[in-house]
Amino acid sequence: MIKTDILIIGAGPVGLFAVFEAGLLKLKCHLIDALPQPGGQCAEIYPKKPIYDIPGFPEILAGDLVDNLMEQIKPFQPGFTLGERADTIEKREDGSFVVTTNKGTKHHAPIVAIAGGLGSFEPRKPQLQYLSKYEDNGVTYIIRDPEVYRDKKVLIAGGGDSALDWSIFLADVAKEITLVHRRNEFRGALDSVEKVQELKNKGIINLITPAEVVSLEGNGVLEAVYVRKNNNPREDMRIEVDNFVPLFGLSPKLGPIADWGLEIEKNAIKVDNALDYQTNIPGIYAIGDVNTYPGKLKLILCGFHEATLMCQSAYQRIFPDKKYVMKYTTVGGVEGFDGSKKEAPKAVVKAIE
Amino acid sequence: MDIKIKITDREGILHEVEAPTDMNMNLMEVVRSYELAPEGTIGICGGMAMCASCQCYIRSGHELPEKSDDEEAMLAEAFNVEESSRLGCQIPISPELEGLEVELAPEEL
Repeated sequence: MIKTDILIIGAGPVGLFAVFEAGLLKLKCHLIDALPQPGGQCAEIYPKKPIYDIPGFPEILAGDLVDNLMEQIKPFQPGFTLGERADTIEKREDGSFVVTTNKGTKHHAPIVAIAGGLGSFEPRKPQLQYLSKYEDNGVTYIIRDPEVYRDKKVLIAGGGDSALDWSIFLADVAKEITLVHRRNEFRGALDSVEKVQELKNKGIINLITPAEVVSLEGNGVLEAVYVRKNNNPREDMRIEVDNFVPLFGLSPKLGPIADWGLEIEKNAIKVDNALDYQTNIPGIYAIGDVNTYPGKLKLILCGFHEATLMCQSAYQRIFPDKKYVMKYTTVGGVEGFDGSKKEAPKAVVKAIE
Repeated sequence: MDIKIKITDREGILHEVEAPTDMNMNLMEVVRSYELAPEGTIGICGGMAMCASCQCYIRSGHELPEKSDDEEAMLAEAFNVEESSRLGCQIPISPELEGLEVELAPEEL
C-alpha cells in the first residue's frame, strides 16, 4: 500500500503544480495517471504546440511546460503510479481514503485531489459489429508486449505515428504485417513514413490504402477481417489474421471517477469555488479542467490557482489544530524533502570606504 | 457584425443562432456558446483539430476555407465521416458564412 498525504489523480500540469504547493506546506504527494508519462494532454496530445497564456511565459511549448514543472517539483520527491487508471475509492472510518487502480495498486491518503483533466485517455474504437466479442480474442487497442505477435499474422489500422511505428517494429517480429489506412497520406514523423515506404517496396509490409476494415470474422477468436478498398464493396477482401490492432488514437473519458458518488454536472465534478475546490465528499477535491463551478474557465493558469487553494485547505484538514499562514517563497525559500534548499541570496552588508 | 447560422443538433432539433464575426470565433465555439451539445462532448481538444468531437456536415452550398493537413488527417481517422464533413473548430465565423446550414455529427462513443 502506497501512503501519502495528498493523493493526486492526474499528472497533468495542474496535478504537478499541486505537488509544489503541497511541498511548501511539507505535505507529500503521490500521483496516479493512466498515461505512461506525466504531463497529461500537454505531453500526450500537443507537446510541440505553443501556449501563450502562462503568466510570465510569453510563449512556451506544452512539452517544455511539463519539463519545467517536473523540475520545479523535483525537491518534493513525488511518487508516481503511471499507466494505471484510478478505479475505485473507499472511505475508511478515520476519514482517509484508499484508491485502487485497474491493476490493483492501492494508495492510502487523508486527502484525494482529482486533477483528472478531461478524464483518462482510452483508445478510440472503430465502429464495427461484434467488436467487443473479439476484444482480447484477437483485437487489442494497445500493444504492450510485442512478443505476443511473434510469428503471427497481424493487421494494424490507422494513419498516425503509432500505426506507423508499430508496423515498422512488428515487421521484424510478426509472420505477416498488414497496414490499412483510410487515406494514402500518413500523419507521422518523416522517417517513419519513409521507413514504411521502404518496407512496403521490399514486400515486407502489406500496405492497403485507401481502405478500412469493415467486418470481423471468427469462431470465438478472430480469424479474418474484411477490408474494403476505395470505399467500394466490390473490392472487399478477406484477410486471414491472428491479430487486429486498431490504432486510432486516444480520447478522454471521465471513466470510473463518475461513479465515486461525486456531484457531476456537464461532464465535470462540481466543487465549492467560494472556498477550496472541495467536492460534495469532504476530503476529496477536484482541480483543473475536471471541475466545474459558476464561471469556470478550463485554463492551466486557473488550475494552478485552484491547486494552491486546495493545498491550503488540505493542510488545515490534516492538521486542524495547527496555526499557519502562507509564506512567500521569496522569503521562506524552498526546502525540499531531498535536503535541498533554495533561497534568495542574502544582501551583502559592507561599508564603502 | 453578426451572421445567422442554422445548426441542427445531435437530436435533430434545428436552431437558428446569431454568431459574431469579430470575436475570432469558430463554428465549434458557436455551438458551445449556445450549448447545443453537452459540455465535454464537443471541442474536447480545445480546437486543435486533434479530435473529431466537433465534426459537422455542411448542408448549404457555402464556399468554406480549404481543409488544412491536420483537419484532413483527423477526418481520415474520424467516424461517421461524409463527403460534406468538416471540423467545426477549423471554420472561422466570417461574413461570407451568412445563412450557413450545418448538422452536428453523432458523438463518438
